[in-house]
Amino acid sequence: MATAVQPVEKTNYLNADYGIKSWLLTTDHKRIALLYLASVTFFFFIGGFFAMLIRLELLTPAGDLMQADTYNKVFTMHGVIMVFFFLIPSIPAVLGNFLVPIMVGAKDLAFPKINLASWYLYMIGGGLTLYGLINGGLDTGWTFYTPFSTTYSNTNVSIVAIGVFINGFSSIFTGLNFIVTIHRMRAPGLTWSRLPLFLWAHYATAVIMVLGTPVIAITLLLVAAERLLHLGIFDAKLGGDPLLFQHLFWFYSHPAVYIMILPAMGVISELVTCFSRKRVFGYNFVALASIGIAVIGFLVWAHHMFVAGISVYAAMVFSFLSYLVAIPSAIKVFNWTATLYKGSIRFDTPMLYVFGFIGLFTIGGMTGLFLAALGLDVHVTDTYFVVAHFHYIMVGGAIMGYLGGLHFWWPKITGRMYPESWAKLSALLVFVGFNLTFFPQFVVGFLGMPRRYHAYPPEYQILNILSTAGASVLAIGYIFPMIYFAWSLRYGKKAPANPWNAAGLEWTIPSPPSTFNFDETPVVTWEAYNYDEIEETQEAEVVG
Amino acid sequence: MSDSQTAVHVLKHHFRDMEQQNETASFGMWLFLVTEIMFFGGLFCAYLIYRVLYFDSFAAASSTIDVKWGAINTAVLICSSLTMAMAVHSAALGKRKALVGFLVLTIILGGVFLGIKGKEYYDKFEENHVPGSNYHFIVEPELAHKFHAIDPAKTEIFFSLYFIMTGLHATHMVVGFGLLLWLIIASMKGKFSPGYYSPVEMVGLYWHFVDIVWIWLFPLLYLISRHH
Repeated sequence: MATAVQPVEKTNYLNADYGIKSWLLTTDHKRIALLYLASVTFFFFIGGFFAMLIRLELLTPAGDLMQADTYNKVFTMHGVIMVFFFLIPSIPAVLGNFLVPIMVGAKDLAFPKINLASWYLYMIGGGLTLYGLINGGLDTGWTFYTPFSTTYSNTNVSIVAIGVFINGFSSIFTGLNFIVTIHRMRAPGLTWSRLPLFLWAHYATAVIMVLGTPVIAITLLLVAAERLLHLGIFDAKLGGDPLLFQHLFWFYSHPAVYIMILPAMGVISELVTCFSRKRVFGYNFVALASIGIAVIGFLVWAHHMFVAGISVYAAMVFSFLSYLVAIPSAIKVFNWTATLYKGSIRFDTPMLYVFGFIGLFTIGGMTGLFLAALGLDVHVTDTYFVVAHFHYIMVGGAIMGYLGGLHFWWPKITGRMYPESWAKLSALLVFVGFNLTFFPQFVVGFLGMPRRYHAYPPEYQILNILSTAGASVLAIGYIFPMIYFAWSLRYGKKAPANPWNAAGLEWTIPSPPSTFNFDETPVVTWEAYNYDEIEETQEAEVVG
Repeated sequence: MSDSQTAVHVLKHHFRDMEQQNETASFGMWLFLVTEIMFFGGLFCAYLIYRVLYFDSFAAASSTIDVKWGAINTAVLICSSLTMAMAVHSAALGKRKALVGFLVLTIILGGVFLGIKGKEYYDKFEENHVPGSNYHFIVEPELAHKFHAIDPAKTEIFFSLYFIMTGLHATHMVVGFGLLLWLIIASMKGKFSPGYYSPVEMVGLYWHFVDIVWIWLFPLLYLISRHH
């Protein structure tokens, strides 16, 4: 019979089961990664919506679209959602969740149930936060500074603080899972010096998640308790110390920047070698630079407090330490560039994001040095210069890395190819739109425009118009991938197991992988990024 | 059922063997305890700063807490750590009855601790030493003589920290009760054997950790004034 010859689709993690329960109760790290993908995308667009409102308000010097109070709430919601519910979970919880077990050659993360629990905590924390934001909002800025947040703000500080508190445990669970998995679940032969750099970056990220997040958790608990029970821990009127809050807050929230950027660096390391067809330059240095960033990153927090009234000697120490963190960051940038040198470079979409990342991260990093300098920081503190700087790191760096990685591993995750020309176009739009949005903010900030105001003097208008125009381009650049990724799920070309001819265990298994990843535990006998060997076998095949 | 059969039964699909599974569980638990240290660490940091800034007020406030009950509680909790350790030991030897007995004993001792803690909280409530609108700290002449720079507002910070730190500790004990109950039910069903008792071991680590937190809290909160 004719029907009998039809090829049976191979069972993979996506078609193994279709019921809603098989998704909501799954312990498969790949399915949990997809749950995270859907939820962080949802939060990204909510956060993006608030960003749009900010840019619209700033189109004109007068505060005409919304009142000051509303504007305060809008930028707070943008910050809270983007930082805690998009940037921090984005790469680790989506790409990391999917790839960490496969890259170590394991069937799953060490604690699959805890992994699922982390997604539920994320959703509960996100739900509470959204409830607080919609039902009255929050106007403290994402930083929850006391005593405004504990005593004076009439908005939903406690609910949002508890939402972020709960979300913190989701982050802790993810980090804990990664560390234990990388230590204990590696396949035979996969030594630390053979680990893909993506794993080194995620290991460093996980260390920050595990050591830093509990501190912000207890701090937000204290804020909520102080607000609800009128304790005096941070309230100067009762003898408390608002600076203590800032120390505790930034002890986590500065390293949190590295939670956002380190995984993106891991992604870039994978991509740059693959599309240069060359082993990464200085593997050991790139790997240890991740650890270096995580360690030094814990010692620089008070550079957020140079004008808060800390002692000048403390400020000098923190300024010096902040400069130190530039060293491992620069090592990475130099090594990626050196990897490109004499490589056979291909300009596929993920590689476009690599170029975008390297350029934008360098600008973001260099302007970070401006801010680490005590004198200059006083001039630009709380201006748009700071806003532009951290958006170059978080959007130009972290989101570029996230999108690059998503394109690179999309064939592996879904088994489908995305349309290359559309993807290239949107990579270009993201790059152009991003620079147009945020470069003018460096200028306007240096000229003295403060952040967090809904109105500004008319002479800043032209730069703000440029910025808003750029934001529109950027928005289109973000919406395109949404559309063609969704389109590719149904109409995209079927992806082969290894569409990029890339090295790495994840490319040795089918796309999409089966539920348990590997039929047999792999034995690793090669170094990471053995692209010279891959090229040789390819040539041999062609000759043969 | 022999041990090897049990072992195959409880090996989760993503581990190679029981050794890897047990090592992974204990590594994960230690790492979790590190996050707990950081969690309490933020509070200890706040405590340290205010104690240095407002030493006299802290010492005066601390002297109104009854050391006797704190000392008894310390002893109770150390005993519960002993019974917990004995439970792990019994599980390793496969003595099911002893395991259940020691777990129950651990819960009972934990209950005694919380009972005493509740009595102490009630005393503080009676004395209006619970932070909030009814907070009232009377500086007795005797105290004023001993500590010169007492500021009643600063004593409220001491009690804020006292209630948050001991409250968080008590919350951890309540979670511990849940874990112990789960272990008791599982061990009565015969889920554990000398080849597989890592849940008992993990809860044991947790319980000892909670115990150690108290070992720090007791001198920090009860004994400030004692070195005079």
